[in-house]
Amino acid sequence: MSAPRKALALISGGLDSLLAARVVQEQGIHVEGVNFYTGFCVEGHTHAIRKQDRAKPKRNNALWVAEQLGIKLHIVDIVDEYKDIVLNPKHGYGANMNPCLDCKIFMVHKAQEWIDKHGFDFIITGEVIGQRPMSQRKDTMPVVADESGAGDRLLRPLCARNLPETLPEREGWVDRDRLYDFSGRGRKPQMALAAQFGFEDYAAPAGGCCFLTDENYSHKLADLWQARGERRYELDDIMLLKVGRHLRPRPYFKMIISREEGESRFLEGYRRQFRHLRTISHMGPLALIDGSRFDEADVALAARLLARFSQGRTAPEVEVEYVDETGMARTFNVAPMSPAEIPKDWYL
Amino acid sequence: MSRHQLDARRLLCPMPVIRTQDRIAELVRGDILEVHATDPGALNDIGAWCRINGHRVLEARDDAGEILMVLEVGGD
Repeated sequence: MSAPRKALALISGGLDSLLAARVVQEQGIHVEGVNFYTGFCVEGHTHAIRKQDRAKPKRNNALWVAEQLGIKLHIVDIVDEYKDIVLNPKHGYGANMNPCLDCKIFMVHKAQEWIDKHGFDFIITGEVIGQRPMSQRKDTMPVVADESGAGDRLLRPLCARNLPETLPEREGWVDRDRLYDFSGRGRKPQMALAAQFGFEDYAAPAGGCCFLTDENYSHKLADLWQARGERRYELDDIMLLKVGRHLRPRPYFKMIISREEGESRFLEGYRRQFRHLRTISHMGPLALIDGSRFDEADVALAARLLARFSQGRTAPEVEVEYVDETGMARTFNVAPMSPAEIPKDWYL
Repeated sequence: MSRHQLDARRLLCPMPVIRTQDRIAELVRGDILEVHATDPGALNDIGAWCRINGHRVLEARDDAGEILMVLEVGGD
């Protein structure tokens, strides 16, 4: 008896990729999963930071999916390579800074490289025609197959019967009649199939899993590039965009102000890299200063603004500690800013 | 069998899992890896990753936010 054919499934942690992998497993194919970490993944980060969320049970949905399927999962760090996708998407952005089509092409391309290296036969995704406005349309799905280099080794089991035959179908590795013809944004067919397979407690169907689809996050990223005068980022930059209040009182500096204890603890890890302020006389947040310059008037302004977010917000004066870029600390008193003094457009 | 250490403190998930995965790829069956982390998600995530990849969690504890996981390399 010959060894079973092998497929690599792109596992996001959502329902569609779970189902797609199971549909192919049911046909006797050996399936392993891959999950790509871009740095913009919603999963994990902010609920690991905020204290109020630390008590909630946590799970990585991609790992959970792999456990449900009984498959190995390979998590691949593509943070550095992914920058070019975010900065220079050939097919442009979606509603926000989300380069969804380029992202899908890139991930399928990485999966193709992986199967070439590991002797696997084809790739599975949970894509459904019409599910997403940019990357999962009838006219863009062939673009993903072509530009990724996967060609007809890319099988979308949930909508395969709406698409031309792929290599695994033509070769009889999988039976096309046992694949599906889902289309559109409706979730009922997927939920019915999940029930048929006995899957419960799966992650929110088609849930947004990328911060780049978030309007507010995209605005903060655009602000970062504008302030720096160039489009670039490091992992720390994109992590910090997920944490705290971001206010830009002047074009040349912004403040990242923690909203609670967990965020303060997280931002403390960056103290050596940034000028920072904290309140001394009253309980309050920690603020990192991200900017090209920061003069004495700016120190006073930032201290008053920080005091506004402390428990001394109604006190006549609050003692604040400022640590400059050399690590030198000094304390002084300021009058907290009133809400009326804070223009709305300072908030990013 | 040899014993190894991995410092994954201050990394947010899934980075502790990725670092663990990459380090274990360099080790051999029976080796022990001590992973130190601070993201509370690491307890579940590294545990799940070990289960699906055939490694054993010998010890897992969270001492006031300092997480220690002791893993025995198994699998292929």
